[in-house]
Amino acid sequence: MKQLDECNRVLADTYRYAERFKAESRRKIVGTFCSYAPDEIIVAAGGHPLRLFGTGEKIRLAEAHLQSYCCSLVRGALEDALSGRLSFLDGVVFPHTCDSIQRLSDIWRLNIAHGFHLDLVLPVKLDTPSARQYLVDVLNRFRVELGAKLGVAITDDDLRTAIALYNRIRGAMAQIHQLTGDRPGILKGSDLYTLTRTAMIMDRTRLAPLLEEIVSELERAPGEAAGVEPKRIILSGGVCNHPDIYTVIEEAGGTVVGDDLCTGSRSFSGLIDEKAEPIAAIAERLLGRVICPAKHTGLTDRADHLVRLTREKRAQGVVFFLLKFCDPHAFDYPYLKAALDRAGIASMAIEVEDRLPADGQLQTRFEAFIEMI
Amino acid sequence: MAEKDEAKEKRKIKAVGRMKEIMTAYYIDAKTAEQTGKKVAWITSGGPVEPLIAMDIIPVYPENHGAMIGASKMGIDLCEKAEAMGYSSDLCSYARADIACAPINGGPIGGLPRPDMLICCNNICGTVLKWYEVQARFFKVPLFILDTPFCHTGFSSEARRYVKSQINEYIAFLENVCKKKFDYDRIKEVGRLSVEGQRLWQAVLDTTMNRPAPLSAFDAFFHLALIVTLRGTQQAVDYYRILLAEMQERVAQGIGAIPNEKYRLLWDNLPVWYRTKWLSDKFASHDACLVADTYTSAWCGALRYVDEDDFIGTMAECHTRIYLNIGVDEMAGQVMEMADKYAVDGIVMHSNRSCKPYSLGQYDIQRIVQEKKGIPTVMIEADMVDARSFSESQIETRIDAFIEVLKEKTKKGVNL
Repeated sequence: MKQLDECNRVLADTYRYAERFKAESRRKIVGTFCSYAPDEIIVAAGGHPLRLFGTGEKIRLAEAHLQSYCCSLVRGALEDALSGRLSFLDGVVFPHTCDSIQRLSDIWRLNIAHGFHLDLVLPVKLDTPSARQYLVDVLNRFRVELGAKLGVAITDDDLRTAIALYNRIRGAMAQIHQLTGDRPGILKGSDLYTLTRTAMIMDRTRLAPLLEEIVSELERAPGEAAGVEPKRIILSGGVCNHPDIYTVIEEAGGTVVGDDLCTGSRSFSGLIDEKAEPIAAIAERLLGRVICPAKHTGLTDRADHLVRLTREKRAQGVVFFLLKFCDPHAFDYPYLKAALDRAGIASMAIEVEDRLPADGQLQTRFEAFIEMI
Repeated sequence: MAEKDEAKEKRKIKAVGRMKEIMTAYYIDAKTAEQTGKKVAWITSGGPVEPLIAMDIIPVYPENHGAMIGASKMGIDLCEKAEAMGYSSDLCSYARADIACAPINGGPIGGLPRPDMLICCNNICGTVLKWYEVQARFFKVPLFILDTPFCHTGFSSEARRYVKSQINEYIAFLENVCKKKFDYDRIKEVGRLSVEGQRLWQAVLDTTMNRPAPLSAFDAFFHLALIVTLRGTQQAVDYYRILLAEMQERVAQGIGAIPNEKYRLLWDNLPVWYRTKWLSDKFASHDACLVADTYTSAWCGALRYVDEDDFIGTMAECHTRIYLNIGVDEMAGQVMEMADKYAVDGIVMHSNRSCKPYSLGQYDIQRIVQEKKGIPTVMIEADMVDARSFSESQIETRIDAFIEVLKEKTKKGVNL
């Protein structure tokens, strides 16, 4: 698919892509860190939201600021900023996420001179009326502050246009995931990863039609020729920076039919009401979307979602993909596993620091797991 | 020899016995709550305890429990049990130890009394949220979360409104669980006692401005227990009066926490509970006294924002703007204020694997303090409860080298 080639070119060097896009479009590039970042407001302000993950370059400078027990995501992003690789950024937005991102924001503010710095201290609990009010309040403040940084007044019309664009993107992403879950052969897992990842990087006005084209191509695509049906797998975790994991699962006889990942379905779950007051509508989606473990709603919401998702997707097993030193996910893992056990769903966990374990090792573990389910 | 023992005897803090009595009685009270019909709430260390006291609910502190587990050197065993339950060894060791205790009534006091409710204030970390979710599922009891937005560069009006409305929600939650009305007169009295206790605790800590310091941070780690667990009671006030009087008496007599105080140090982060004695002896052997710390003073930090006449009204700000819920630069500012106030020669930073909000950013604080104040610092890598993260030889070498730096600096100071 030619659209995939375009995405792969974007991902080959995301920073170069962003720099080039900035030069061509004259849009301000705004780095963000979390799937709760209100991208719609950034786009409405004429900015371009760029999700930062770090490029996995060798850590030299970040070590002077972060201890060894900090996750590779935080370390990698700081390294890129300190080394000047992110000097093209016009600013960064730190939505409040976890203890590590919280401190990363401070360290960034104190050490990175270029670009503006905005903290967006979202509520941690999302299930009370006062939390809802607070969320609307901080998004309104963010609208004003971001506008001031970018030298624009963000109008309701700007917001509505951005919301409509994001609904197209999220709708198409959801459809693509639905289609590939229904007919796994039509798109390789690593290609699905590419699309999901590109959605956080690429010019969103280009992205929306690109994804829609892919949807219509996938709708027409013939299914896989009947052969050995691969085992259907759900991926669960936080940030996944490893397209290889999809390939390794496929080679072991499995296929990823759905996920509960921060860099997966959680980033596009839920649409925004286009008729409601825009900020309140953005808040509503953030409150209602699939939750991140650093936030709180009910006590078993994540487990309920995971069991439901597994059944909906007719998956036979769940692979937990855990980033080392990611506390919120590590705390949830035992209860999620227990919930799956009770529901008779098999699961396995892999913990990853900055790179995947050596090929063979992972392959063997997946093969054993897939054989078992 | 006899003289030496006498000096040692003189340095012992007499109030310790009283403190142990109070804490024992407190835990007996809490452990027998079921028989006496009292309700028990588990609450985070930075949580709003005063409304519980006003409602006759016994507050119990899993973090204090974690500290006891660490001090009684049961940390490794319990942490390993948690790991067997599926919890990563990278998670907070207080949380791991406490989570492992619950199903087996393990630990030094045979487990904490079963909670009737859980009160979690996330002003100290995001970990407590996850920890309390685990316990709320395990005990199947209601959980109240006081969500205190992080103050990177200030306390926003939105955050103030949000936390204030949660204080009302908290009171409604307690009324609902206890099936009785909240006593707004009683909270005034509890609030007054809380503030008085905090002032007395601050006064105790401030006696170390004297040379020699009559108590060290290692003593403060111990005497802290009441301002955490019994804040808002007459008992805490009475106890700290006794302790303050004893400290003032020691100052008058020139009795120091260590025999020969030469270097005055500031401690940053939680204690290394299973090694307090070793560390205390180690520093004392170098004539270094830890005269202050950022940890025990956190329980009187609210004094900056509290209004005694409007205790409930100012609770939101007091709980949101605590030491761990502010930006790294503001923390560095407070460290430097303390360095001046207590006239310290150096800073010992415990890089604590268990506590990311306290530890990430320490390198920057270290740099800021060195640049602005020229105060030498040393970083010790350890963990508050999990002794597997403690390398004695490495830490000993670091401390020895650090003391050499202080010696050199003092010499140069004299030569100038």
